[in-house]
Amino acid sequence: MLVLVVDSSTPAVTAALVEVSADGVALRAHRCTVDARAHGELLAPEVDAVLAEAGARPADLAAIVAGLGPGPFTGLRVGLVTAATMGQVLGVPTYGVCSLDGIGHPVAAGEPVLAVSDARRREVYWAVYDGAGQRIAGPEVSAPAVAAERARDLAATVAVGDGAHRYADVLGLPVRAEPRFPDPLELARLAAERIRAGAPGERLTPLYLRRPDAVASIARKPVLP
Amino acid sequence: MADEPLILGIETSCDETGVGIVRGHTLLADALASSVEEHARFGGVVPEVASRAHLEAIVPTMDRALTEAGVTIADIDAIAVTSGPGLAGALLVGVAAAKGYALAAEKPVYGVNHLAAHVAVDTLEHGPLPEPAIALLVSGGHSSLLLVDDLARGVTPLGATIDDAAGEAFDKVARLLGLPFPGGPPIDREARAGDPAAIGFPRGLTAAKDLAAHRYDFSFSGLKTAVARWVEARQRAGEPVPVADVAASFQEAVCDVLTVKALEACRANGIETLVIGGGVAANSRLRAMAEQRAEKYGVRVRVPRPKLCTDNGAMVAALGSHLVAAGVEPSRLDLPADSAMPLTVVSVPGDVR
Ligand SMILES: [Zn+2]
Repeated sequence: MLVLVVDSSTPAVTAALVEVSADGVALRAHRCTVDARAHGELLAPEVDAVLAEAGARPADLAAIVAGLGPGPFTGLRVGLVTAATMGQVLGVPTYGVCSLDGIGHPVAAGEPVLAVSDARRREVYWAVYDGAGQRIAGPEVSAPAVAAERARDLAATVAVGDGAHRYADVLGLPVRAEPRFPDPLELARLAAERIRAGAPGERLTPLYLRRPDAVASIARKPVLP
Repeated sequence: MADEPLILGIETSCDETGVGIVRGHTLLADALASSVEEHARFGGVVPEVASRAHLEAIVPTMDRALTEAGVTIADIDAIAVTSGPGLAGALLVGVAAAKGYALAAEKPVYGVNHLAAHVAVDTLEHGPLPEPAIALLVSGGHSSLLLVDDLARGVTPLGATIDDAAGEAFDKVARLLGLPFPGGPPIDREARAGDPAAIGFPRGLTAAKDLAAHRYDFSFSGLKTAVARWVEARQRAGEPVPVADVAASFQEAVCDVLTVKALEACRANGIETLVIGGGVAANSRLRAMAEQRAEKYGVRVRVPRPKLCTDNGAMVAALGSHLVAAGVEPSRLDLPADSAMPLTVVSVPGDVR
């Protein structure tokens, strides 16, 4: 089954086509551009390009997988709205996967792992995975020091992700070089069971983790002296 | 006519998620979801709240529009979307959605100018627009006077507000009078029982010295302050505020300036058609005053019905339909959302062939 994977939760704007079969998930085509300011421009041409590279038409897609974040809101929405609208037209199910799982899950091999992405404003989005790749904490948004403390409590021995590189000093853990950003093949693997079973699709609800910046307007200032 | 293009329009530049479907100049569907109530307690639109609401609303709103029109997306010839100007994050949801629909259904996509769409929507009500025409676009986000030479390829900005938008002035004055947000409808309602000549509020940029540099520009900030001063003085004196009179006098001042400048633009350019659009065009006094004064100038005023004046998807579809009919090239898939899209750009050009 041909499946489209999109993730726009980090500066890496990603589209991939994967083949989900009974015995595995294989990458057919992949585009990724790291540019935190151009998610809206980049993603659709990438989707177009992976389809063209695989010689496929949109109607050949059996499902769509999208990284739900957490991630900076504006960019994150691009991936989710792209997946949701394409799923609507094609009548195929859409499945969401926590984007941090696409960073932490592949690294977990016996020891707990801290997966970290940049949340801007000197904060990080993070989650902790056990040795089998199961998420045991998060996703959360907090100062890197808070993530470091929780990771220590959960006996994480390694950190991974773009945010881990950025805040390596504060986290105090060895940093795995890759994946730096959510791995689309991994996101597809995490949804593969649902895809194979033809499970009903889900509404793609972003993991914002933060409330909108909305300040109730204060009482009106008088204009008379 | 069945051979006219079937066009879908998507609008998300502010707090309304709109999906409209037109065939030629015929409106088939105009589905709308609004987050206005979520913004009311903030007294203005909160961009992130609007963006979140667009993401939630786009798929169901599209479903409603397709059902209403009795078509499927496979029947559509092209998709038009507001790519600017507007709130950056809100625009981006609509642009990404349009591209998702275009990709999946293998249709062309046109990134269009929101203000030009406000002009184009009138074609759904009154048929093709005679060109050139003058357009007055007034809402909570914009107050512009345009010369529409060619709605498919370019419009010429004549003037705009130098401070608050006209709709913003309505919102602020409504708040001052204890009326709900958005302020346009309640002020219109209150004004009906008031005397428009009760208080002589200032008409911004109409004095001879201002006209030299700002012949077609607007200013509503001074008016807003004048209303606030007048109301406060009453309150301090312990006297009741005559809400209906204040509303009527304020509304009269706004409509006076708007219609005088719009009709002066018609006269100076020898133009006989004035189109009024945007949320403030739903104001009953503006419509009446424009029609009454236009007669003197031999100008025909075209104002679409109120539901088409406020932001909606039908206006975007109407402009898309006009572009397709004029043979304009679609935009490319890397179409950006442009919060400051200039008025001179009607649609974002695609590859030049
Ligand atoms: Zn508007």
